[in-house]
Amino acid sequence: MFEFDLLFPLGITHYLIGGLFIGFAVSFLFATTGLVGGMSTFFTSTWSFVSRWEFFNREAFVASRNWRIAYAVGLAVGALIWMLTVGDAFVTTISWWQLTLGGFVAGFGARLSNGCTSGHGICGIASFQLPSLLAVLIFLGTAMITAQLMQKLGGLS
Amino acid sequence: MRVAFFGSVLIAGALFGFGLSYSAMIKPEVVLSFLRFEDFGLLWVLGSASLTTMLTYQFLPRLMRKPLFDKSFREHAASLDRNTLVGAAIFGIGWGISGVCPGPALAGLGAGNWPMLFSLVGIFAGAYVQGRMMKS
Repeated sequence: MFEFDLLFPLGITHYLIGGLFIGFAVSFLFATTGLVGGMSTFFTSTWSFVSRWEFFNREAFVASRNWRIAYAVGLAVGALIWMLTVGDAFVTTISWWQLTLGGFVAGFGARLSNGCTSGHGICGIASFQLPSLLAVLIFLGTAMITAQLMQKLGGLS
Repeated sequence: MRVAFFGSVLIAGALFGFGLSYSAMIKPEVVLSFLRFEDFGLLWVLGSASLTTMLTYQFLPRLMRKPLFDKSFREHAASLDRNTLVGAAIFGIGWGISGVCPGPALAGLGAGNWPMLFSLVGIFAGAYVQGRMMKS
C-alpha cells in the first residue's frame, strides 16, 4: 500500500480516533440538549453582550449566547485535558499577521455563510443539508487554492 | 435542569476539544499540509466525525421523544442562498491563509498554543464587521 502511505504519511489512527471523539461530542450535545453545535455563531452571539447593534441582539443570538460560551470554554478545557494526559504542549510557528488576517477573513466569511468547518462541515453534512454540502466543497476549494498560492508566493509556513 | 443543561454543553465542548487536539487539527501546520495535498488525514477526521453525527441525527429522534435536558431536538437550518455560498468561499480563503478555523482556535488556546489569541481577535473582528454590515 505504497500509495496509501503517500496520502497519509503520519498514518490515520489519530485522525480517525480524534474524529470519532468529535462525532461523539456533537452526538452527546444533541442527546442531552437537542442542540446542533457549530462553533462560529459564538463569535457573533457574544457581541450581543457589549454591542447595542440590532443584528447582534437578534433573538437567535441572545437566546443562545450563554450556552455558546459554555461550549467554547469546554473546547479549551478539553484541549487542556488532552495536553495534560496524552498530548504535548505545542506553539504554532505561523506568523502573527497570518493568524490575524486569516482569522479576520475566516470569521467574516463563516458568519456570512452562517457556518464553518463544524457547522456546515460536520453538522450540515450529517443532516444531509445540500447548502452545507455545497458550502463545504466551496470552502475546501478556496482554502486549497489560497494555501498553495501562499506557499508559492512566499514560502510562508 | 439548568445545571444539567449547561454541564452537558460543557462536557460536549470538552469532548470536542479533546477530539480536535487528538486528531492534530489544533495544529495549523497539519491543516495547511492537508490544504497543500501533503497529508489527506483531515478527510478521516471529517469523515468519522460526520458519520458518527449522521447516525445520531438520524436515529436518536426515533429512539427518544426529546433530549434529556430540554424540550425538543433542533435542526441545522442552512439556506441555499448567495450569502451561504459567497461566505463559504471567503471563509475558505481565510482558512487557507492561516490554517486556523473557529473550533481549533478556541481549543488550541487551551492546549497552550497562545498565538491562537491572534486568530481569535481576527475571528471576533471579522464576525463584528459582518454583523455591522447586516441591516438588523
